[in-house]
Amino acid sequence: MEEVLERILHNFRSNEGNIISILQDIEEHFGYIPEDAINWFSFQLNIPTSRFFGTATFYSQFHLKPRGKNIITVCRGTACHVKGSERLYDRIAMELDIPPDNDTTPDRKFTVEKVNCVGACGIAPVLILNKEIYGKMSLSKTMKALKNLKISE
Amino acid sequence: MSKPVVIKVCTGTGGIAAGGEEVIKYFRSEMSSLSLEAHVTRKCSIHKVGCRGFCSFDVLVDVIVGDAKTTYKHVKPEMVPRIVKEHILEGNPVQEWLAGEEYIRFHEKQTKIVLSHCGEIDPEDIDAYISVGGYEAARKAFSSMTPDEIVEMIKSSHLRGRGGAGFPTGIKWELGLRMQSDVKYVICNGDEGDPGAFMDRSVMEGDPHSVIEGMIICAKATNSNKGYIYVRAEYPLAVKRLQMAIDSCYERGFLGKNILGAGVDFDLKIFQGAGAFVCGEATALMRSIEGKRGMPSPKLWRSAEKGLWDKPTVLNNVETFANVPKIILHGPRWYKKHGTDRSGGTKVFSLSGRVNNTGLIEVPFGITLRDMIDNIGGGIEGGKRFKALQTGGPSGGCIPEDLLDTEIDYESLAQVGSIMGSGGMVVLDETSCMVNTSKFFLEFTQAESCGKCTPCRIGTKRMLEILERITDGKGREGDIELLEELGRYIRSTSLCGLGMTAPNPVLSTLRYFRSEYETHIRDKKCPAAVCKALITYSIIQDNCTGCGACRRACPADAVRGTKKKPHQIIEGLCIKCGTCFDVCKFKAILKE
Repeated sequence: MEEVLERILHNFRSNEGNIISILQDIEEHFGYIPEDAINWFSFQLNIPTSRFFGTATFYSQFHLKPRGKNIITVCRGTACHVKGSERLYDRIAMELDIPPDNDTTPDRKFTVEKVNCVGACGIAPVLILNKEIYGKMSLSKTMKALKNLKISE
Repeated sequence: MSKPVVIKVCTGTGGIAAGGEEVIKYFRSEMSSLSLEAHVTRKCSIHKVGCRGFCSFDVLVDVIVGDAKTTYKHVKPEMVPRIVKEHILEGNPVQEWLAGEEYIRFHEKQTKIVLSHCGEIDPEDIDAYISVGGYEAARKAFSSMTPDEIVEMIKSSHLRGRGGAGFPTGIKWELGLRMQSDVKYVICNGDEGDPGAFMDRSVMEGDPHSVIEGMIICAKATNSNKGYIYVRAEYPLAVKRLQMAIDSCYERGFLGKNILGAGVDFDLKIFQGAGAFVCGEATALMRSIEGKRGMPSPKLWRSAEKGLWDKPTVLNNVETFANVPKIILHGPRWYKKHGTDRSGGTKVFSLSGRVNNTGLIEVPFGITLRDMIDNIGGGIEGGKRFKALQTGGPSGGCIPEDLLDTEIDYESLAQVGSIMGSGGMVVLDETSCMVNTSKFFLEFTQAESCGKCTPCRIGTKRMLEILERITDGKGREGDIELLEELGRYIRSTSLCGLGMTAPNPVLSTLRYFRSEYETHIRDKKCPAAVCKALITYSIIQDNCTGCGACRRACPADAVRGTKKKPHQIIEGLCIKCGTCFDVCKFKAILKE
């Protein structure tokens, strides 16, 4: 872990970065923001951890808990809402047994989350399965895609 | 077969989702497998281009032989060999796959200024941009114009900020020019957070150089030396293409030291947002670039006076910058010719929701909303009835049918209780519930409120609770009045634009669709059959053939029945997901 953090620190110093760019690098490497990483940076840069946590919790891109191996993102933009994305979300959460008040399955295989808008409103409703965008999703198309994901697990 | 052949494949986010990358691959391999026809391969070029607007027809492919341009719609990889063989080799376009009249009608009423290169050139190639006159405006501005002349030109073009508020761009630049400072910034706001809007994404992905050219002209006009493009985290493709464009600009001397030999230095960097809607607000955006929580501050100064790190900062929207090169090249009079007296030029809108033709459109100010929905949008999907047009995202409002003859400009949309906003237009039909829609927006603003000021933090929460109560069938007499009162207070006392406009969706739907709220509260019914707590599903016994499709599809095991006999829904088990309604081919499911 320390090796990665050193690299991020170096990147920060050579590119005049800031707290957000550090957090973005941490998130990209670990898939979430581990507490230890923040403590390490806080010590190195002499910036209170509260500033790191304050920033991390403000932006939706940062996660303080590990996420699933597969990430299913349901677009909740207006066009997607009008075309029934809420139903897609409910159904996916039910199908994967996502516990209430959580977005990840206990075995950490799947995370289901909402995004405000990916800006692909012309092909609403939109799902993102592991960074790939799928447009014009119906319930049955969603179920099929989910089944494929489950099989590959 | 001697004419040159150009193939253009749409690879915007929509095009890629529909399989654009695959289609290109197939074209490439198909062309190389025909290596016998070496003279064809030599004369044929395949380009990936940005979004051309008509997303519902993706993947769109242009095949241009000589001067004849043919557009194919819904192209799949397996269709490629036939297009290559019949059209490119034999010269006969494949008639049944043509985009046809609808595609032509979609473009007929549009005027493309900002989008003129989108879908025409390869956004990843600076030479493609230069070949269509790119950086000519910058050359003109740098070699023969003073900052004052540039500012004057932008002022007289009546260009107004395309981010939504419509502040005159020239006046902002003038203020930036007058400020004295060792460092001045130019920032491009690409934090397009409005759900239902994707104009800026398409421009950044489809024509990134036009934004950069607009920014360096602004740098010259205001004597600025540093710049940032703030892009949303949700737009990875835009970041990638902008970065490629910036890199090639440094190579060619359009960025960096002594640009175009005119003695102007300008450095440009991308700053990737981290997912916060409020960062679209100027002061919050600048705090975010500084690495802090993106919270707005009271506007004691204009950003042009004290902005990023307290230095003078000119901040404009993506689309605003993309307009600048065109104005410099063709002059303000040409630009003003499009549009109305108060608002010059064109505006890009993203048209989506329940219309036939969803996509990106650019129209001159002054066109009516009806014209846009009926002629460009091709009317309502599935022959349903129009209900409302939502403009301006969570800061805007819903416009009912009898006001559709309103002409589009900043003032007239405000008059009918909505706003221009950044340009999202979502069409709602009779299957949308207006109470649910305003709840949707309030959920959004509530979640995105930064929490700094009380009216926004707590006020929107209270409004949301009331809306939740109404849609759950627990609405009380007086709730409507309470919503109106809260809305008024939040609007007049919030710190920034997010809070000040947050009640708009509720207030505008209360103004035009009040009876829908009343039906929810008094009759505990949802007229559009959307609000789960207020509807029931049942099977019309006469229509049911007992095919069992709904029984198999029901995730809650709530449909019972034997084959070929009418089925039934057990109400206590039904989770109201609507799956049965979707799968039934015999219209036997009743939702009420």
